[in-house]
Amino acid sequence: MTISTSTTHEASAAEGARPATLGEIPLPAPAWSRLTRKVFGHRGLTIGLCLVLVAVAVALLAPVLAPHDPYYQDIANRMVPPVWHESGSWSHVLGTDKLGRDYLSRLLYGTRISLVIGLVAALISGVIGTTLGVLAGYFGGRVDAVISYIVTTRLAMPVVLVALALASLTGGSLFTVIVLLGLLLWDRFAVVSRSVTQQLRDSEYIHAARTLGCSLPYILLREVLPNITGALIVVITLEMAHAILLEATLSFLGMGVQPPLPSWGLMVAEGKAYMFFQPWVIAIPGIALFLLVLAINLLGDGLRDLNAPGGRS
Amino acid sequence: MNAILSAEAAPGPSPLRDPHAGSGEIALELCALSKTFTLGGGFFRQGRTLHAVNDVSLRVPRGQVMGLVGESGCGKSTLAKMLLGLTTPSDGDVLIDGRPLRGADQKKLARHVQPIFQDPYSSLNPRKRIEQIIALPLAIHAMGNSGERRRRVAEMLDLVGLPKRAAQQYPGQLSGGQRQRVAIARALIMRPDIVICDEPTSALDVSVQAQILNLLLDLKREFGLTYLFISHDLAVVEHLVDRLAVMYLGRIVEEGPRAQIFGAPRHPYTQALLASALTPEPGLGVPDIGLGDEMPDPANPPTGCAFHPRCPMAVDRCRSSRPVLEGVRGDAGRVACHLA
Amino acid sequence: MALLEARNLRVDLPVDAGTLHAVRGIDFHVERGEMLCLVGESGCGKSMTSLALMGLLPRRARLTADCLDFDGIDLTAISARQRGGLRGLRMAMIFQEPMTALNPSYTLGNQLCEAFLRHRLGSRQNARERAIHLLERVGISAAAERLDQYPHQLSGGLRQRVMIAMALMCKPDLIIADEPTTALDVTIQAQILRLLRELQQESGTAVIFITHDLGVVARIADRVAVMYAGEVIEAAVTPALYARPSHPYTRGLLSCIPAPGKTPPGSRLQAIPGVVPSLVGHVEGCAFRNRCPLAEARCETTPPFMALNEGHRARCHFADRPMASATPSQPETIS
Repeated sequence: MTISTSTTHEASAAEGARPATLGEIPLPAPAWSRLTRKVFGHRGLTIGLCLVLVAVAVALLAPVLAPHDPYYQDIANRMVPPVWHESGSWSHVLGTDKLGRDYLSRLLYGTRISLVIGLVAALISGVIGTTLGVLAGYFGGRVDAVISYIVTTRLAMPVVLVALALASLTGGSLFTVIVLLGLLLWDRFAVVSRSVTQQLRDSEYIHAARTLGCSLPYILLREVLPNITGALIVVITLEMAHAILLEATLSFLGMGVQPPLPSWGLMVAEGKAYMFFQPWVIAIPGIALFLLVLAINLLGDGLRDLNAPGGRS
Repeated sequence: MNAILSAEAAPGPSPLRDPHAGSGEIALELCALSKTFTLGGGFFRQGRTLHAVNDVSLRVPRGQVMGLVGESGCGKSTLAKMLLGLTTPSDGDVLIDGRPLRGADQKKLARHVQPIFQDPYSSLNPRKRIEQIIALPLAIHAMGNSGERRRRVAEMLDLVGLPKRAAQQYPGQLSGGQRQRVAIARALIMRPDIVICDEPTSALDVSVQAQILNLLLDLKREFGLTYLFISHDLAVVEHLVDRLAVMYLGRIVEEGPRAQIFGAPRHPYTQALLASALTPEPGLGVPDIGLGDEMPDPANPPTGCAFHPRCPMAVDRCRSSRPVLEGVRGDAGRVACHLA
Repeated sequence: MALLEARNLRVDLPVDAGTLHAVRGIDFHVERGEMLCLVGESGCGKSMTSLALMGLLPRRARLTADCLDFDGIDLTAISARQRGGLRGLRMAMIFQEPMTALNPSYTLGNQLCEAFLRHRLGSRQNARERAIHLLERVGISAAAERLDQYPHQLSGGLRQRVMIAMALMCKPDLIIADEPTTALDVTIQAQILRLLRELQQESGTAVIFITHDLGVVARIADRVAVMYAGEVIEAAVTPALYARPSHPYTRGLLSCIPAPGKTPPGSRLQAIPGVVPSLVGHVEGCAFRNRCPLAEARCETTPPFMALNEGHRARCHFADRPMASATPSQPETIS
C-alpha cells in the first residue's frame, strides 16, 4: 500500500490545500450551458435552428393551426388571391388554389410531407452510407477497394434522372419517393464516414480495445461510431435539405407525391399554368421551400463549425 | 487490494510452462519473429516487400524490464503490435509464459499482455467516461457485476494516483499526465504479467514524465510485472531497464544487460546512439557522432551489414556478409558486428 | 546595445472561458551573435513568444510591451508591410516540423531563393549560387541537383538541413528556431544541433532556440531563459544556471531527468508534483506556488525578478537563499 499513497500524493497535491486560485485545470462549465452559449454565439446556427424548430412545430401542429381542411374543395371560391391583394379576404389568408382549397392550410400540411421525406430519406441513406463507409475505412485494403468502387458507381449516376426513371416504373407515391431517395443519397455519408474512420482506425484507443479482445461489432459500434457522429450529423442535415429539394423536383415533374397530397413541389406544379397572372400561386410554396432548405443548410453549416477542431475538446 | 486484483486473472499452471521455472523464468520469448509488409500492391499488382521486423529472437525474464531502442522506422512499433496481437507475425512465434501466441485467443492473450501507448491524447476514447474506460477490460471479459467493477475502478484510480472524482470525467478534462495514469489503470486492471510500454512518456513534459516513470517502477515492484519498454530517450531507458536491445532496420544489432551496454557498447550503432544522447552537462558541446547519412530505405536495405553505409568503421567484409547476432567472449550480451 | 530587447512583453488570447494570458510580462534580451535558449514545458508561452517576435501571432491575439526593440526598430509600432520587410531578411524562423514548413508543390530551389529574390538581394543567378553554397555548407551532397527536387523527396533530417539553409539565405541578424530537432531521431538531432551551433558561431547570427529539452540547452546555449506559466522565472548564462539553479522550478526540472551515473537506476525520480496552472483569467502571485516545496504565504504576492549574480536572475522570493537550506532534498548539482 505504500506505493499508492506516495503516488496519490504527487498527483493530487495540486488539488490539495495550497492556494485555491492556482492548480487544477479549471473544470469547464457544465456541458449544456457551454453548448447553448456556443449555439447562440453562432448567428447562422441560431437562425437555422429557430426556423427548423418553427417548421417542426408547424408540422406537428398543422391540424390546430390550419384554418380549413386542406382537401376541402370550394369550387365557388377558386383562385382567391391572398389577403394583401386588393380582392383578398381574411377567410383565406393565402388565398385558394384552382380547386378552391385553402392555400395556407395546404402549405402548413405540406411542411409535414417535406420534413418526413427529408428525415426518413436521410436516415435510410445514413444507415446505408455509414455502414459502407465505416467498413471501408476500418478494414481498408480489398474491402475498401470494393466499397469505393460501389461509391464511385453511385456518384456516376445522375440522381434526378435515375429517380425519375425508377419512379415512372414503380409509379410515384410518398412511400416510393422516400425509399428511392433513401437508396440514392447515401454517397456523402459513405465518403465522410470512410475518411473519418480511416483516421480513427489507427488511434491508440482502437488498438487498446483490440488488444483487450473486444469483438468487431463492439469496436465499430461503441468505439468508432460515437466518434464519427459529429461529422455524420452535419451530413444528415445536408442530405435532408437535398432530399426535400429532390422530392419537390420529382413531385413537380409528376413522378413524386401524387395529388391530392399537399406537397410543396406539387403545389408549384399545379400552379404553374397561372404563374404569369397569379404569381403568388407558385411564389408561396416556392418561398416556403427556399426557407426550409436554407434553414436546414444554415443548421448544418453551424453544426459543422461547432464540430471543427477546437470547437470541442 | 492485491488479493482482489490478482484473484481472477492469476495465470494457472500451464502444461507448456518452462520446466525450469523459477527465478530465471522467461516471461516473454520471441523466436525468430519476422513481419513483412507488401508495399504499393494493388488488386492485381505485386508490390515490394518490406521486412519491418526481421528474424528477431529475444528472451525477457520474468519481473525484468527489457528496453528496446532504435530510430523511427526501425520496426520497434511493429514488434510491439505483434506482441499485442494487433498484427500477426509473418514468420516465427512469440511465447508468452511459454505458450505460443500464434493461434491464441485474443481475450486470453489480453489477460497476460497489456499495452501502454505513447499518446495519452489518442489512447482514450474521448466520448467515454474514465470509469467506462478503465472498466472496459472487465466488461469485455464479463468479470464481476457493475458494483464490483465500480469498486475495482476506484481501487485502480487510487493505485495510479488519481482522485476518485476522475471516474466521472471525460478524457478531455484531464491533463496529459493524468490521462497516462488512466491508460495505466486500464492496462493493469486485469492484472497482466507483461506490459508493453510503447514510448509511454515521450508525449509528456519532463516534470510529468518523472511522475509516470516513478509510478511504472512502483507498480512493477508491487505486482512483479515484466515490461517491454520501447523508447528513444536513452536517459530514461538507462534509468528503467534491466536489459536492453538495440534495433536497426528490423533487426536486433545488440542486446545485453544494462550495465554492459551503457558501460561498454560493442556495436558502432549503439555507440553512436549513446553518444548522441545529450545529458544536461554544459560545456561539453554537441558531440560529433560520425554517422553519415540517415537510415536507409527499409524496403531496400543495404547488402551485408545494414548499418555499413553509416558506419565509421566499415570494412569490405561489412558490405558483403551480414554479421549474425551472437555472444562475444563469454559476456552476457549478444552483438551483430564483424568488428566487435 | 542588444540586438533584441523585450520588456514587459505580454500576449493575451481570447478563449471561450475568458482571456488566456499566454505570455505574462516577460523581459529578455538577445545580444548579437549569441544563442539564447528559451526553455519550458508545453503551454509555458515559449512558442507564443517566438511568434510574437516574428509577427506571426494569431489575428485575435493581443500583443503589448513596454519595449520590443529589434536593432532600433520598435516591433510593436511598425506596419505589416514593414514587418514583411524584416521577415526572411533580418529575422528568419526554423520550425519544428520541416515537412509542413516547406511547401510540397515548389522545388527546394524555388523556396530557398524566394526570400533572397523578394528582398532584391541579387539576381536569380546570385540566389542560385548562394543556395548551392549553403546547401553544401549544411552538408547536403549534390546540392545543384537537389535544388530541382521537391520536399517529399528528402528525409526528415535533410529537410531540416534545408530549413537551416533557407533561414541563412539572406544573412539574417536573428534566427528563431522553434523546437527544430524535436521531431527528429536522436542521432539526427545531434548532427543538426552541431551544424546549427557551428553555423551560428561562424556567421555571427543571433539565435533564439526554443526547446523543452534541458540536455539540448546545456550543450548549445550561451544563455538560458527558463519559462513557466507565461513568465521567465530564471535567466542566466548556461554554466551558471546548471551550477546554481535558483528557482525551485528549474531545480525540479533538472532533478526530474535521470542523470546517468548519478541517479541510481531504478530509483525514484524527483518528480514535480501536480500540474501547470491554467492561465485563463487573472493570475496573482507566484504561478509555481502550488507545486513548490518552498511555498509560503508570501508567495501569494508576485515575486520580484531578483538579480543574483552577473546576469543571473530568478523570479522567486527565496532565490537568494543558499541552495542547501532552500531544498533539503536537493540532489547533487550537475556540474
